Amino acid sequence: MKPAPTHSYPGLNLGRRHAGAHKATEVVTFGFWVFLMSDLVYFGLMFGVYITMIDAQAGGPGPHELFDLYSIFAQTLILLTSSLTVGLAMLALKYNLPRGRIVLWFAVTLLLGLSFLVLEIRDFMSMADKGGIPQRSGFLSAFYGLVPLHGLHVAAGCVWLVVLGIQLRVMGMTDLVVSRMVRLALFWHFLDLIWIGIITIVYFGGLTYG
Amino acid sequence: MTAAESGFFGRLNWEAFPIAGLIQDPNTNEIVANAAAGVVIVGVVAVLGLLTWFRLWGPLWRDWLTSADHKKIGIMYVVFAIVMLARGVLEGVVMRAQQAAGPGEGFLEAKHFAELFSTHGTIMIFFVAVPFVFGLANFLVPLMIGARDVAFPVMNQISLGLTVSAGMMLMVSLVVGEFSTGGWTAYPPYTGAAFNPGVGPDYWIWAIVVSGIGTTLTGINFAVTIYKLRAPGMKFMRLPMYCWTIICSSILIVFAMPPLGVAALLLAADRYLDFHFFTNDLGGNMMNYANLFWLFGHPEVYLLVLPAYGIYSEVFATFSAKRLYGYNSLVIATMSIAVLSFTVWLHHFFTMGQSALINAVFGIATMLIAIPTGVKVYDWMATLYRGRIRFSVPMLYGLAFLMLFVIGGLSGVILANPTVDYQVHNTLFLVAHFHNVLLPGVLFGLLAGYNYWFPKAFGFRLDEAWGRISVVLWTVGFMLTFLPLYFVGLMGMPRRSYSWEDPSFHPYMITAVIGALVILAALLSVVVQLWVSIRNREQTRVPVGDPWDARTLEWSIPAPPPPYNFAIIPRVTDRDDFAAAKERGAAYPHPDRYEDITIPRNTSIGFVLCVLSGVWMFALVWWIWWLAALVTVMMILSFILWTFQTDTEEVVSAEDVRRQHEAWLDLVRNATPVTRDHEGAPENTGLARPDLEAAT
Repeated sequence: MKPAPTHSYPGLNLGRRHAGAHKATEVVTFGFWVFLMSDLVYFGLMFGVYITMIDAQAGGPGPHELFDLYSIFAQTLILLTSSLTVGLAMLALKYNLPRGRIVLWFAVTLLLGLSFLVLEIRDFMSMADKGGIPQRSGFLSAFYGLVPLHGLHVAAGCVWLVVLGIQLRVMGMTDLVVSRMVRLALFWHFLDLIWIGIITIVYFGGLTYG
Repeated sequence: MTAAESGFFGRLNWEAFPIAGLIQDPNTNEIVANAAAGVVIVGVVAVLGLLTWFRLWGPLWRDWLTSADHKKIGIMYVVFAIVMLARGVLEGVVMRAQQAAGPGEGFLEAKHFAELFSTHGTIMIFFVAVPFVFGLANFLVPLMIGARDVAFPVMNQISLGLTVSAGMMLMVSLVVGEFSTGGWTAYPPYTGAAFNPGVGPDYWIWAIVVSGIGTTLTGINFAVTIYKLRAPGMKFMRLPMYCWTIICSSILIVFAMPPLGVAALLLAADRYLDFHFFTNDLGGNMMNYANLFWLFGHPEVYLLVLPAYGIYSEVFATFSAKRLYGYNSLVIATMSIAVLSFTVWLHHFFTMGQSALINAVFGIATMLIAIPTGVKVYDWMATLYRGRIRFSVPMLYGLAFLMLFVIGGLSGVILANPTVDYQVHNTLFLVAHFHNVLLPGVLFGLLAGYNYWFPKAFGFRLDEAWGRISVVLWTVGFMLTFLPLYFVGLMGMPRRSYSWEDPSFHPYMITAVIGALVILAALLSVVVQLWVSIRNREQTRVPVGDPWDARTLEWSIPAPPPPYNFAIIPRVTDRDDFAAAKERGAAYPHPDRYEDITIPRNTSIGFVLCVLSGVWMFALVWWIWWLAALVTVMMILSFILWTFQTDTEEVVSAEDVRRQHEAWLDLVRNATPVTRDHEGAPENTGLARPDLEAAT
């Protein structure tokens, strides 16, 4: 005989009223997946625009003059590590570890996210010093339409982390807060995924074909 | 003045108001512009005055603006759509009048005419069709799948707020400044800063971006609602056909709205920040815009028409007193159309320089859509075949649709051939084609749905006689206005011309303006029908809730439904579950026990975001940077504050539910059942006598 259907997020501890909370979390999390799909289309289209505009440099500076792969390497390491720390926070949540552990991993994630942003902005500033501003060419417009859009998502994720930290303090470990943590983790992994696309297509692709 | 050096009021000044133009140079063109602005102002003042006079501010705020009830949000969407429809139709009439004036004649300036066709298209697609379609979906989907609300009631309210505030921008553009002259597609580089430095394209951009966000959220909401909130036993293949079409529409929204957002935002980057996505110089490429826009634009027309197909499916089944013929094939056809709609966007610009091979591929893909659509038409006809047909108002709309829509579809197949398209591209033939699918397809469907489900929403039926007059006027008006455009298009008359020279066009233009006046009369007849129905509502009440002997779950509950929809969540055992229950005498069961029901509590976040996003758009259009920044912060903060709210639901006690439900069951017991022959009579209180035969 087949076992009774289990819920999709069985590992989470959502307080005492498990069944109802799981059901609610399942609906909200599924909705968030759908939102991410829609957001992914945004990025997909921006990647498409970038690819069509790699050659549209109009005599302005191109990838070889502007991209600094050392900085990109550092940003990649930082962002991938932040995905690991979000994962550790989720594991702490799943195995009911002390709340301090969860807060710790989220705090590390926030720090990593902020340092990623600092490095990214430094990159943009050094690009601007070399004449790489979006007003210069179609290629640079496409670059600045895509990479800062990802940065904006990281910034939104950081704000979300702060708000969630406050909510954890004010509201405690309620079902609602836990369910939001689950979604924040999804969002953060999604940002990582986009970043992999950015280093592959924007930076490596740009250097190869630009 | 450049964007960076704009002052406290940005680039807003006295010249922005149409009255300034009238004082400087009084002519017909300015009078028309001022009259339009005057209508908006008088309309707003009248509504505010009436609300104050009848002391309705409190009820409006408590029962409507802050409500998270999907039924009320649905009704507000439809009201908004009908208001915008009135403006869209009027603009259509003015345009037809301008073109009917004769060779080289007319009372409008070219720029004014261009604003008219731009707003007409933008309004009809984004602020009539979309809100009307999703207004009905809001009202119906949870009732049809046996749910208590949509998956995200508050997000639903926010969607409504964003759609309405974006629509209001089009109204504001009548009074302050001007609207875009770039058509509803707003192709750059014409709409770029180099050729169009004014505020017009900016109104278009922000209205599109904000309403696009609202629509995306709606799509997410309905996809999740139908996937996750179906009543026990409501398997996918038991879903009413209408819900299938809404799920396909929602999927289309989730994937097709982003290209529109990207297109509009990149255009904004070009205009505001001097980027070079679509400019003529420095590597810009406007073909990216054309591709992005139509990557949205083509799925868009299917996300509008599929729900109309769903409405027709319900209407044909109910008013033929038969099960829908070929349910499985209809589901497959709907899904096929949804998928194919992403593979044809290029047919909107066959003439813009692709190779013949690419044009051929997209032409064939376009023609393929005729196959699933043909399947649907045959399924509907087979539903009618040997049915016990009643020529009620929704059915009449359906029959007009069947005949006229086939013509529109076939002209689409003709246009799908790139060689033919080269001949008629940008002529009135195209205008005739898409009006031929949008009016009989989408609008008639929505009006059929409005007539069909009105008694469910308000508890009384709409007037049949005026309904029939409406059907005739819409049908005749449509044929007179748009069928001549096929001919004049084949003769080579370009679309969007404010003036023309060839005298042989004149008779067609005269016919079209007469048709436009008939359409105006049709719109008025809808208003009269509503007025007469409200006046006679005591004779047409249907509290029991099933006036048409209908088939799906929403008819098994009171009309209007209680806030929690279902006292007991139904267990579904069949497709057309309510019809099956009536057939075996098991409708209106008495539950053994009742439970507490949680429903979403009122919240003002949707209204707050509606107002703030409106101010935000206005500030951006007029370069009032301090205000735009301030409102951005306010929007983010009000949303974050809202997430701190935990008390978002309220409980209706089991005892209250029991009392209300049993009162209604008493009503059911004491009601006189009526047969289908008497459903228009006052005795019809919404209890149908089940005389279903074993229909084929």
